[in-house]
Amino acid sequence: MIATATMQTEVAPPPVRDTGAEIKLDARHVNFWYGDFQALHDASLAVQARKITALIGPSGCGKTTFLRVFNRMHDLVPGTRASGEVLLDGHNVLSPDTDVINLRRQVGMLFQRANPFPKSIYDNVAYGPHILGWSKSQIDQVVEESLKDTGLWDEVKDRLRRSALNLSGGQQQRLCLARALAVKPEVILMDEPASALDPIATLRIEELMQELKERYTIVIVTHNMQQASRVSDFTAFMLMNQRRAGEVIEFGATDDIFNRPKDGRTEDYITGRFG
Amino acid sequence: MSHPLVRALVDRLVGGLIVLCVSVAAIPVLVLLLFVLINGLPGMLTPGFFTDPPYPQGVPGGGVLNAIIGTLEIVGIASLLAVPVGALIGIFLSEYGRNQIGDTVRFISDVFTGLPSIAFGIFGYTVVVLTTHHFSALSASIALAVLMLPVILRATETALVLVPNSLREAGLALGAPRWRVTLEIVVPAALGGIVTGALLAMARAAGETAPLLFTAFGNDIIQTNPLQPMGALSLTIFRNALVPYPNLQQQAWAAALLLVALVAATNIAARIYVRRIQR
Repeated sequence: MIATATMQTEVAPPPVRDTGAEIKLDARHVNFWYGDFQALHDASLAVQARKITALIGPSGCGKTTFLRVFNRMHDLVPGTRASGEVLLDGHNVLSPDTDVINLRRQVGMLFQRANPFPKSIYDNVAYGPHILGWSKSQIDQVVEESLKDTGLWDEVKDRLRRSALNLSGGQQQRLCLARALAVKPEVILMDEPASALDPIATLRIEELMQELKERYTIVIVTHNMQQASRVSDFTAFMLMNQRRAGEVIEFGATDDIFNRPKDGRTEDYITGRFG
Repeated sequence: MSHPLVRALVDRLVGGLIVLCVSVAAIPVLVLLLFVLINGLPGMLTPGFFTDPPYPQGVPGGGVLNAIIGTLEIVGIASLLAVPVGALIGIFLSEYGRNQIGDTVRFISDVFTGLPSIAFGIFGYTVVVLTTHHFSALSASIALAVLMLPVILRATETALVLVPNSLREAGLALGAPRWRVTLEIVVPAALGGIVTGALLAMARAAGETAPLLFTAFGNDIIQTNPLQPMGALSLTIFRNALVPYPNLQQQAWAAALLLVALVAATNIAARIYVRRIQR
């Protein structure tokens, strides 16, 4: 069943590229290697500005790897290599002359497990602005704004100096989101941000995403297909090829991917026949 | 599944075995402590023990003030030298040392850990005493600093490696340069382990005798100038234990008790500190 659909891979370059919509992040023919192992093969994805784009697919298909290429987090892993282009507002972030530090300020990240610093709530959110050298009053202001944007302000405003580690899991994840927002990024990458949270905390994060997409471009990796269909505007379905390298099988409007998939493999995955 | 009774029996048996093993390890230590306490306490309660330098041989009384000052000063200077250097090397090993250089440093450090402590004394003697033509507290501090270095750098490295990688990623994803993430996120998160390692190294250095024998040399006069020969508690124990005068032998026991108390206090301080910052 899978083999018959292989030829349809050429469909992958996304149709949205032609509509004239603003493309914030444009990954073109990205290949990625961990040492000798190729983890991504010819992956392309055009992320529209101020929309939510979801990456779905089975475990090990390269979703997270793909996501981490967007802000060069893979630089931290020795022996990794990427080819192709990832254009952020037209500039290739994979080129050697990219200022990685600046890139990561523009492209923030929310991780699978909440990872607050073992510092106070205030210091967590203030860390990014502090690095940027903002003034005390500016930092105070951005901390309050960011915490309000993530709905945490009323919950924590009386204990900003207390350790962030005393917050609940859902609150910690929202704090990490506030921390990412504090440096005023343009794009936010989310790597399964709700996979360690209970349904109510998950719902809270999803609601936040809807509010945030008015100002930010969001790319989310998720295992949870219901989540992808609930929150995203566009969805990319990824799968490993025969050599275990991840490929983008199909990319399009979420509604189309879930209701009218063009590729048989997408349909099989969505309907739960494999993966 | 075996019978519940058998399982309960095996549980009891293994539990008892563990208690036995702990006892075998703990009893000699407790006996030793008790022995030092019984033999050392009378000497410690002698008037002048804490406040006077040793009196000339044959004159009754006298204390170990010279050695108390000496131990604190020698170990203090050694720590000032070893802790910053050791912590920095530890940070390097953990954050930037996943390579040939790091492995080489680790290997050398392990070799140093296994070296008999008198070798560090010889080092201090040849490098400082022979070049300055003078026994001095400073030469002892340098010898002890080299002895402390591997303990501190390994403790620092271990503490930093235990910091979850997700914290580093969080910092870097905010656009923080790596050195700032290391100094502002990773090191504070590991501070408990680093401080514990440093205090344990200090405790170990305070108890060393061999590295002081031909560096600090010993001095019965109260001396605070680090460029002069200086007494130390471990030297007092070593020298007084070898003389036939009962009052000096008693002083050696008392000095041993004091040293044990100092080391214990340092360890307890380390634990309290770690518990406090972990909250």
